[in-house]
Amino acid sequence: MVEEIGTTPEGDIIINVGPQHPATHGVLHLVITINGETIKKVEPHLGYIHRSIEKMCESLTYRQFIYVTSRMDYLSAHINNHACALCVEKGLQIEIPSRAKVIRVIMDELTRIASHELWWGAMAMDLGAFTPFFHAFRERETINDIMEETCGARLTMNYMVPGGVMLDIHPNFQKRVKDFITLYKSKISEYDELVTGNIIFQNRMKGVGYLSPEDAISFGCTGPTAKGSGVSSDIRKLYPYEVYDQVQFDEVLETGCDSFARYMVRIREMNQSIRIIEQLIDNIPEGDFQAKTKAVLKLPKGEFYQRVETARGEFGVYIVSEGGTTPYRIKFRSPGFSNLSALDQMARGSKLGDLVAMMGTLDLVIPDIDR
Amino acid sequence: MSSNSNNSAPSPNTHLGAGGASFPGQLHETPGGGIVLSKLDDVINWARSNSLWPLTFATSCCGIEMMAVAAAKYDFSRFGFEVARASPRQADVIIIAGTIVNKMAPVLKRLYDQMADPKYVIAMGACAISGGPFFYNTYSVVKGADHVIPVDVYVAGCPPRPEALLHALISLQEKIKMGMTREQIKGG
Repeated sequence: MVEEIGTTPEGDIIINVGPQHPATHGVLHLVITINGETIKKVEPHLGYIHRSIEKMCESLTYRQFIYVTSRMDYLSAHINNHACALCVEKGLQIEIPSRAKVIRVIMDELTRIASHELWWGAMAMDLGAFTPFFHAFRERETINDIMEETCGARLTMNYMVPGGVMLDIHPNFQKRVKDFITLYKSKISEYDELVTGNIIFQNRMKGVGYLSPEDAISFGCTGPTAKGSGVSSDIRKLYPYEVYDQVQFDEVLETGCDSFARYMVRIREMNQSIRIIEQLIDNIPEGDFQAKTKAVLKLPKGEFYQRVETARGEFGVYIVSEGGTTPYRIKFRSPGFSNLSALDQMARGSKLGDLVAMMGTLDLVIPDIDR
Repeated sequence: MSSNSNNSAPSPNTHLGAGGASFPGQLHETPGGGIVLSKLDDVINWARSNSLWPLTFATSCCGIEMMAVAAAKYDFSRFGFEVARASPRQADVIIIAGTIVNKMAPVLKRLYDQMADPKYVIAMGACAISGGPFFYNTYSVVKGADHVIPVDVYVAGCPPRPEALLHALISLQEKIKMGMTREQIKGG
């Protein structure tokens, strides 16, 4: 265990936060140098949940390796699987049925709402408000029930496979998704009343954790972290995949560059996800849900890259194939890793008590960072 | 009152006073007080089993299901678990929710050592039981949390359903109520 305690030659105090700390959302370890109450430096220490997933993937076949990626960013499990399935399909050069494409996009957007809801509850809990957690999980459980009915699992679904989706949707699927949309629209105003409009909350978020657009680009931030700084980085718009170029939605951008801007991006992104689902849920085409593929997949020799937009930003899968049944090398580009690297820049000069609010708006998932 | 008690045989209650045996470790050694004291033991076990405070310890995916159990739909506060503590010094039970890797193992050991007795451990999910999906071909995963600290109850699943975790918590309660030691709990 890397641990640093004591004082620097300049007389600054070094303190450790984590790896067991409720505000780090997992097992992140921060070594913080403080002068009085002002933060001078934040050093994240990683590896407390490094499970060597990339190395594991080298010995798993192209059908098998997808299940491991559900365990990386477990709040965006569908979207991770989606990226891997797309990358393998790119290598095999197969076209998937349009029914599968629409089902995939609906599932992605439901996952995004579930992830943002959990983030909303957890972040309010970081700031000391416990009630929003229960409100957020009320809606999230509805999505979990929908997922469970069709995919058979609540959290790590492994539903998307090369060639389409594993099973057809449940007969109740469309009705339950519509019920969820009605429920969500009746509850979203509670979110604003409880948290967004709260004056204490606003004072703790506004002007805290400033990240300039230039810094956001140079640190490689993506997703709501970059969008909060006004940097357009939505992969769904810039490099559309599946049916994202056929649906109407806006890329959410805020120009505040602070914690509150990143908060508002996520709240508004949930509404855009609802908008996408509304356009697609009545228009799921008939037909097959899976293309005909061989039992054993072999990618041709070469390199393949596919990026998607998860709830946290750009997730990329890079496969190097030697022509066999298993990849020669796999690299995952996880959004959390780049977003975390901006934490030091954000936190310098601010007070120690604000650090938790900043980390909350980054929406870190540690197994996604460590892999 | 005082002269009476000086002449008669010592009643069990006098041993519970300030000058008697320390509480509760030496209760069983008191002569002649078997019935009263074993009933007191039951009361203590009953109280202990219904106010188990879990440590908020989540390394990965299972932590989200643990949060779901804490939320309104499943609600483990119905069974006395709602006071989730962030500090190991205030916690009674540690729910290992997620994979333990080599770098995390010493931290887990230290957390366990910092908890006050009596303390209990639940291994939640396949990773904490045996390494689960990360059993083969990894260089960094501990193949089961019981290589690091002793485990009382194992919950299967990847991740386990919230009902499964509730079942594990209730099983642990029942075993504590039966007055079993850690070795007996482990033996089933």
